[in-house]
Amino acid sequence: MAIAKKALVWGLFAAGGTVSSFLFPFLIALFLLVALGATPEGLQYETIRGFASSWLGKLTVFGVLFLSLWHAAHRLRVVCHDFGIRADGAVAVIVYSLATVGTLLAAWYLLAIS
Amino acid sequence: MSRNPYVRPISKTTWYLRNGRFRIYALREVTCLLVGFYSFLSIFALRALWQGADSWNAFLASQQSTPMVLFHAFALVYFFIYQTVGWFQLAPKAMPLMMGEKKVAASTIVLGHYLVWALVSLFLLWFVGVI
Amino acid sequence: MSTRQLELEILRYDPEKDEEPYFQNYSVPCQDDWAILDAVNYVKENLDTTLAYRWSCHMMVCGSCGMMINGDPKLTCKTFVRDLPDKVRIEPLENFPIERDLVVVLDDVIEKLHRVKPYIIRKDPAPENEEFNQPRSALMKFKQYTMCINCMCCYSACPQYGLNPEFIGPAALALAHRYNIDSRDQGKSERLDILADHDGVWDCSFVGACSEVCPKSVDPAAALQQMKVDGAMEWWKRKMGFPGGDS
Repeated sequence: MAIAKKALVWGLFAAGGTVSSFLFPFLIALFLLVALGATPEGLQYETIRGFASSWLGKLTVFGVLFLSLWHAAHRLRVVCHDFGIRADGAVAVIVYSLATVGTLLAAWYLLAIS
Repeated sequence: MSRNPYVRPISKTTWYLRNGRFRIYALREVTCLLVGFYSFLSIFALRALWQGADSWNAFLASQQSTPMVLFHAFALVYFFIYQTVGWFQLAPKAMPLMMGEKKVAASTIVLGHYLVWALVSLFLLWFVGVI
Repeated sequence: MSTRQLELEILRYDPEKDEEPYFQNYSVPCQDDWAILDAVNYVKENLDTTLAYRWSCHMMVCGSCGMMINGDPKLTCKTFVRDLPDKVRIEPLENFPIERDLVVVLDDVIEKLHRVKPYIIRKDPAPENEEFNQPRSALMKFKQYTMCINCMCCYSACPQYGLNPEFIGPAALALAHRYNIDSRDQGKSERLDILADHDGVWDCSFVGACSEVCPKSVDPAAALQQMKVDGAMEWWKRKMGFPGGDS
């Protein structure tokens, strides 16, 4: 009898859900504005590059993406279970691998921007 | 002891279609696909940013199409209703606050969430120069 | 007082005779102020004495009379015919094996109620020769979770329990939470070993149906989410080497 490792993933899921609930409407709105051709000032190359070069910018963006990726991964695992896909072990490996890939890419690109 | 209990079969793949409560739950849970999608789209954006001004501008240009406008508009509404609103409504259950002998009303906690969301969103919109 | 004719479609099953359950129809003249339980009692007394079902207090405190009314788990003594259409489908509580007619096998949940250690666990001795005082604010924190009458409507509503009968489930977990947040209890860490293990709180995906159907407003969904937070924090506490704390 012990506390299952699911406790860790659930924590990330909960944090990611909170973060994405607050921030993703804004994020999606940004993409919508870009798609409409109304790209805001802050997304001009030099401005956003400046933001992403700062450590505050890197940490914030990484934090948001990291939590959101793991939130989506864990939730997708539950969704698959709910929709009848019972091979939970395999599903877990796939979704958490995707989240890991996303995390590593986000870290790599953010570190590389200067 | 049970003599010959009968176990009623449940569909493992369509149970969520059975009533309104479950259908809303299913619609709520699939917002994870949107969270995943926009996370990876943001990562693509980061890649373009890293590669330089031309890549970045090309990425921005690639977003400018009618299907993308429609998709983002749909995603914004769907996400707001089924993730943000849903999450805020459930938040009081996970965070019981006591004021002396009384529980803080759930509606107060929900209102607090919307307030913070509005303030954060307004700040961010100002930060990127939309307002 | 006028009567209204209700057409009841009741699921029957005789374990010694039937291969499968089947529906049987009864036409019942109902008074305005009747609960659906009164209609079922009418069937038993006047139309078909072979009908088997559980009921007792008829006042929403014993938890015996839970049944599916038109697909929703309800206490039949709390569901009034004036709120129901003319055709009512009555089935035994979902997600449980049927013993006979409207009686279900509840052994599984009884075992789970025991499993979660639903009693005050002390590490320090209780005060001797004096009352163990608990301020009212401490009581109000957990009072709602004491209101459970074990009617098991929440288990019927919970799709995760339906998909995985190993899941400890809403009522048992809410009961455990009642003790976890009782200021006199020091057993949270010990209980979390059971509650935050497999088949425990992590099987819950916060559908919330349990709280919606609970006739006593216990809100098991809230208890469960709070326990997930407790479980997550406890996991980190143990990883970082803090000994399991008490409540």
